[in-house]
Amino acid sequence: MLGACLDLIEFDMKQSESLPTTDPSSTVPAPGDRMTRAAARQLAIYAAVVVLALVVAMFGLNYLASLTSSAAGMSREAVDVENNIITSYLREEPPQMNSMRSSDAISSMVMAHVMEGLLRYDENSELAPGVAERWEQDGRTVTFWLRDDARWSNGEPVTAHDFEFAWKNVLAPATGSQYAFLLYPILNAEAANNGEVSTDEVGVEAVDDHTLVVTLETPIAYFDRMVAYMTFMPVNQEFFEQTNGRYGADADQMIYNGPFIMTSWVHGASMQLRKNPYYWDADRIKLDGIDYAHMTSDSNTLQNLFKDGQIVIADLTSEMLEEAMFQRWPLSQFMEGTTFYAEFNHRPDRLTRNLNLRKAMLLVHDPSELVNRVIKLPGYVPAETLFPRWVQGMDGSLREEYPLPPLQRDVEKAREHLQMALDELGLEELPPLVFLSSDTPVARIQSEYYQEVFRRYLGIELLIDRQVFRQRLEKMTAGDFDLVGAGWGPDYNDPLTFADLFASWNLNNRGRYSNPELDAQVRIAQSSLDPQERTDAFGEIHRIIRDQAVIMPDYERGYVYVTDPRVKGIVRHVFGAETDFTNAWIDADAGEEQ
Amino acid sequence: MWLYTLKRLLQGVITVWFIATATFFGMHSVPGDPLSGERATNEVIRANLEARYGLDRPVTEQYFIFMGNMLRGDFGISYTQQNREVNDIIREHFPVSATLGLLAVLFAAAGGILFGALTALYRNRLPDYIIMFLVILGISVPSFVFAALGQLSLVNVNNVLGFSILPVAGWGTVGHMLLPALVLGLGTMAYMTRLMRSSMLEVMSADYIRTAKAKGLSPTRIFARHQLRNAVMPVITVLGPAIAAITTGGFVVELVFAIPGLGRYFVQAVQQLDYTVIMGTTVFYGAFLVFMVIMVDLVYSWIDPRVRLQ
Repeated sequence: MLGACLDLIEFDMKQSESLPTTDPSSTVPAPGDRMTRAAARQLAIYAAVVVLALVVAMFGLNYLASLTSSAAGMSREAVDVENNIITSYLREEPPQMNSMRSSDAISSMVMAHVMEGLLRYDENSELAPGVAERWEQDGRTVTFWLRDDARWSNGEPVTAHDFEFAWKNVLAPATGSQYAFLLYPILNAEAANNGEVSTDEVGVEAVDDHTLVVTLETPIAYFDRMVAYMTFMPVNQEFFEQTNGRYGADADQMIYNGPFIMTSWVHGASMQLRKNPYYWDADRIKLDGIDYAHMTSDSNTLQNLFKDGQIVIADLTSEMLEEAMFQRWPLSQFMEGTTFYAEFNHRPDRLTRNLNLRKAMLLVHDPSELVNRVIKLPGYVPAETLFPRWVQGMDGSLREEYPLPPLQRDVEKAREHLQMALDELGLEELPPLVFLSSDTPVARIQSEYYQEVFRRYLGIELLIDRQVFRQRLEKMTAGDFDLVGAGWGPDYNDPLTFADLFASWNLNNRGRYSNPELDAQVRIAQSSLDPQERTDAFGEIHRIIRDQAVIMPDYERGYVYVTDPRVKGIVRHVFGAETDFTNAWIDADAGEEQ
Repeated sequence: MWLYTLKRLLQGVITVWFIATATFFGMHSVPGDPLSGERATNEVIRANLEARYGLDRPVTEQYFIFMGNMLRGDFGISYTQQNREVNDIIREHFPVSATLGLLAVLFAAAGGILFGALTALYRNRLPDYIIMFLVILGISVPSFVFAALGQLSLVNVNNVLGFSILPVAGWGTVGHMLLPALVLGLGTMAYMTRLMRSSMLEVMSADYIRTAKAKGLSPTRIFARHQLRNAVMPVITVLGPAIAAITTGGFVVELVFAIPGLGRYFVQAVQQLDYTVIMGTTVFYGAFLVFMVIMVDLVYSWIDPRVRLQ
C-alpha cells in the first residue's frame, strides 16, 4: 500500500507537470483579450480540481485493484535474496494441471516442478531416477521399484497404486485424454482406450506398494524413456475422488509429490511455488520458491520486464540481442527440439502426389536463405531433414551417422524435374497450388517467401490460404491443401517420436503419405530391441523422406535468451521442463546489480 | 417516461437475443471445432468428448439447450480450460478489465473536456494547433503502438533513474494501471477533445451567449455557466458507448501489460474456437454495451425531454 501511495505521488507530480498547457501563464493570449484570459483562468482552476479528483479516485481504484487480483505476496524483484525466491513468467495460463489430461508445454513445465514421475530429467537433461529407485526390463515385462521415502504433500506415501490408478484413468475412454496414445505400448492399452476391453485388462499392476509391473504388447526398447512424461505421473486416488471432477483446476485441488508445491494460482495472472518439505530429495533443491508473476506471450513485454529487473529470464528478439551483448548479460541458446517444414499433400487427387513435381520444388528450396535472410530471428537454425540435431544415432547425432547431401538450390535440375512432372501429368502448364499457412508473423513471411521462390525459379503460382489454429487443423485433416506449413515436436526421448510420423497409419500424417518401404522400417524401429538395427532403420527412414521429397524442411526453432547473472543453474530441456529451475540457486555476489 | 424505459429495455433484450443467435450460428459454421488439437485423436476418444460436450447433437438442438441454459445464467464449461466455468472466467476477469476501463474513461473524459475547451478558447492559435495535431495522432495511431512505446519509455526512465517509478507490467496496484489506462484512454480522449472543441465553438456563437455578454455578465461566469455547461452535453452522450468500448476493447493493452483481464479470453476464445467462452463473453459484452446505450438514452431523456417524444 505504501508503495502504491508513492506511485500516486509520483503520478501526481507527473500530471501537474504535463498540465501546464492548461495553465494560462504558459500561453500568451493576445493582449486585450480579456474574455479568453478570464476563461482560461477558470479552466485552469477546473483542471486543478479534476487532477485532485483523479488522485482521490485512484485511491479507490487501488483498493479495487487489490480486490480483483493478486500481486499480494509476489515479489517485484527478479531475485529475492533474503527469502531465496526468484521471479519468472509463464507464456500462457496452463489450461489445467491435471497430468492425466494436460498436453501443452506450459503445463508440462510447471508439472516438472511440482510433480515427479517414475523417472525425471537431471541437470544434464539425462534420465535419472525419480520416484522409481531402479527399473528393469525383461522382454515384455518392465518392473519399477519405488523408493520408500517418496511422499505426497499431505504426508501420504507415493505408492505403485498411484501410478496404476493414473495410467488406467488416462486410458479410460471417458477421460478423453489427448495423450493417451503414449501409453499404447502397454498391453491392452489401445483396446481399453477404444472401449473394447475394460481398463482392468490393461497391463499395469501394483504388485505391492513399492513395485509396479508393466506388461507391454510387444517388447520395445524405449519404454523407460517415455515414463518421464507428465501423462505417466502419479495421481492419488483418494484425493482425486474428493475433488469431485475439479482435480488440477486450482492450487488446492491437487496434491504434489515434486520438488515444489503450488501455494497459489491466480488464473491468468500468477502462480506461486514453494519448496516442498515432503520431497524425498529436498536437500538437492536450493531455491525456497519460484514466483511466476506474469502470464504473457508478448516478447517485448518480457524483455522489458527483464530489463526492469523483474524476471530472471527472457527470450530475445534480434533488436534486443545487440543491447544484451552490449550490457554483457549472460546469453545462452536453447534448441527447442522441434522441426518446422512444408508438408506436401500426397492424396491421390493432388498434383503434389507427383514425385518429380515435389523434387523440383525441393530443389529450389533453400532453408538457410529462409532462416538467415527472411526470418532472421535469433536461435532459428536451417533444417536439413525431419530429424532435428539432438536426435541420437549410435554414438553421435543421427544425421551425422547417416549423412545426406546438403539442400542446395539447383534451378536447372529443378526445371528438368518440373518438365518431367508436366509430361507425366499431361499438362501444358501447372495450375496454381494452395499453400495452407497459419497466421503467425513467422508463418506469414515464410509463406510469402515460398510464393516468391516458386514463382521466380519454376513459374509456379502459390495461393496462400491463411487460417487461424483450429481452422488450419480442420483443413489439414480434411486434406484441403497442396502444401501446408507444419511442425513437429518430440513426445518422448527416442528418434521414433519423429520417425513414425509419416507411417501410413499415423493420424498425424496429415498429407497422407503412404509408402510400404517406409512403413516396414517403422515396424522394425518399433519392435526391434537391437540398438544397431533400430538406428539403421531410422537412417533409412531419414533417407526415404529426403529421396521421396515427402516434406520441405524449413527450420529448427530455438531461442537466444538472457538470464539474471545472480541466478545459476537454470536448465532448459527439450523434454520435461522447457525452463527448469529445480537445479537453480541464487549467487547474490555474482554480477553487479544491473 | 416509464413507457419509454420499458420500450428501450425490450429493444435491448431483443438486441442481446439477436447477438447471441447470430454468434451461435456464425461460430458453428466456421470450419474446425474446439476439440481438435495438435495431436490427432482417435475416433473413440473424439466421440467420447463430443458426447461429453453435447456436440454430437444437431446444431438446432444445441441452440435450444444453450438458450435454456443461458436463461438460467449458465454458460457452461470452457473447452480449453476444462475445469473452469465460463461464469467464473467472467466473474474473475471482468472486474480487472472494468477497473482498468474506469480509469481509462476518467482520463479520457477529463483530458478530452479540458483540452477541448482549451483549444476552443485559443482557436487558431498555437495551443490549438499543438493539441489538434496531437489529437490527430491520438486518433490515427493504434493503441498497440502507444502501448509498446509507453512501456519502452517507462523501462528507460526506470533504468536512468535506477529505481522503478512505475511497474513495467503486471497487475495489483494502481501503479500498474496508470500507463495502461492512459494508453487505453488515449484514442477516446482525442476523440472527445475534438467533439468538445466543435461543440464549444458552436455554443460560442449562440444567441444566449450574446445575450449574456450584453447583460454585462463577467467573462468567467459566461464561460463556466453558459458555455462549458452547454458544450459538455454531447460529450456526455458518447461517454456511455465509450465506457463499453474501452472496457471491452482492451485486448492488446492487456496483452502488452500482462493484465489478467477479460479481453484476452474474449480474443483467444475466438482463435481457439472455444464455443462456450465465445458465447459467454460475447453475450456478456453485448449485454453490457446495450445496457450502457440504454442508460445514456434514459439519462439523456431525463435531461432533455424532447428526446422522449421522438
